[in-house]
Amino acid sequence: MRLRERLSKLGGMKLLRGTKLTGELERLQDQLDRLREEPSAEEIWKSVELARHPDRPYTLDYVERILDDFFELHGDRSRVDDRAIVTGLGKLDGRTVVLVGQQKGRDLKERTDRNFGMPYPEGYAKAMRAMALADRHGFPLVTMIDTPGAYPGVAAEQHGQGGAIARSQAAMARLSIPTVACVIGEGGSGGAIAIAVADRVLMQEHAIYSVISPEGCAAILWRDASEARKAAAAFKPDAAHCLELGVVDAIVPEPEDGAHADPDEAAELLKAGILEALGEIDALEADERRRRRREKYRVMGVLASA
Amino acid sequence: MSSEPGRVDVEVESKRPAEPVDGKSHPNTCPECGSHYRDDELAQSLHVCPQCGHHFRVGARERIEQLADPGTFVEEDEDLRSTDPLGFFDLRPYTERLAEAEISTGLGDAMVAGRAEIEGRPCGLTVMDFGFMGGSMGSVVGEKFARACERAAEDGTPLVSVAASGGARMQEGILALMQLPKTVVAIEELHESGGSLISVLTHPTTAGVLASFASLGDVTLAEPGALMSFAGPRVVAQTTREKLPDDFGLAESSYRFGHVDAIVQRSELRPAVGQLLRLFDKG
Repeated sequence: MRLRERLSKLGGMKLLRGTKLTGELERLQDQLDRLREEPSAEEIWKSVELARHPDRPYTLDYVERILDDFFELHGDRSRVDDRAIVTGLGKLDGRTVVLVGQQKGRDLKERTDRNFGMPYPEGYAKAMRAMALADRHGFPLVTMIDTPGAYPGVAAEQHGQGGAIARSQAAMARLSIPTVACVIGEGGSGGAIAIAVADRVLMQEHAIYSVISPEGCAAILWRDASEARKAAAAFKPDAAHCLELGVVDAIVPEPEDGAHADPDEAAELLKAGILEALGEIDALEADERRRRRREKYRVMGVLASA
Repeated sequence: MSSEPGRVDVEVESKRPAEPVDGKSHPNTCPECGSHYRDDELAQSLHVCPQCGHHFRVGARERIEQLADPGTFVEEDEDLRSTDPLGFFDLRPYTERLAEAEISTGLGDAMVAGRAEIEGRPCGLTVMDFGFMGGSMGSVVGEKFARACERAAEDGTPLVSVAASGGARMQEGILALMQLPKTVVAIEELHESGGSLISVLTHPTTAGVLASFASLGDVTLAEPGALMSFAGPRVVAQTTREKLPDDFGLAESSYRFGHVDAIVQRSELRPAVGQLLRLFDKG
């Protein structure tokens, strides 16, 4: 791990820009200092808990704070409206963007209605419809990732869950428009990457992004789901590690104690991050932007030679 | 001992698999009908049970022998090896699991890639091996597949992919998940160069591999009985408490629901792929 090296290259400034709103520079500097240290097992688990906190802001909580004039678009134009995925049009700082995000529910009724943020293949079809609309009109695409994973159910399989996730990634790889993905809670595996192949990927300080849930990993490798803490410490789903590994492009700071402690401030910080990311990619020619996007994913991974 | 050649198990007609020893049945015992075979018998039948048609798993080297014209396969990127970017340690270190897999399979990782001819047609060929850590996809599998796409684009030949995988390799954490978009963008580039991908799904092709390159073929073939679900049956049963249909996630079910172009018996795979290579010849 070259965590500190990579983070020192960042100089921390990337994290600070655009966050002038509260003037709590000292606190942000604190966060940076903490980020420079490799997160401990306890800190990783704290992020797992904060990412799943029942009061954590969800996609629509950010939409109402970040986008003006939001108009929600429903349905996949084939079968159904998957409510675990929200799509719509809105104004970001006066400019029309398309929003695609997973949505969890707050109370039991809404949770069931939103299927706990776990999309069916129809949800990814809905997302792809919104992506195509954005591309057709040159609207930037902003995605928000917050899912334990794609739904593992009989009907979901019969309707082609694996293929839907693959095609959604392919659709994002083809887009001409600027794209920004934000991991705002749980970035759960294939269900997350399906809408996270973007020019810029932002990750909130206490979000997690992982190949499998801590419980799932523990059940397989430790043969005991209650060893989730150990599993999380081993596969490191926290933002600092994701940044270090080149999986995300920037970390968006959260209010002290986590995004749920102050959703308004969390939203302002996220908005600033999205605007900054868009600013970095806006001026590029569409072909060049797409080439860079693909190149970024093409080189991901760590290899050795025998 | 039966008098019929190729049969040694007297319980074959019972249609009941032999009792597993230590929870694991012998690899040469058919899990469907309990017939038992010698190694050479199985090799001769392409690892398909002559009694009931069950398709046993085959390793990458044997699959290449079955599929490629004799002597035409030339391996590429054989030297690529996984590293341990996270210092991953569960009950055992990842590096130890890697070393053990390499010794037991004789492979550098869970995919063998190269160039071959199938029925006289040149093509790229990538074949996965479930025996290497459950055919899991980490950085090396993703890289080999992406390079195979690039070679196919350069050579102007189609790419034939034979998948067998439990999904992304947990031990490489988020970098394993990133192999999904890595292989997906490589296919996008291959397609834009005019290239084609023939994807063959064998038992099992699940999770991260199904949710990336295995599902993006111009044509998708599956072997009979291949499990090809995103989530495994146990996870689905535990999470949803739904009653699973008998053919849950199997190729036959996926074919019925429209996710596979054809189910192809192993003995017919080489001619089927050969036919597709002829049809995709744009020369």
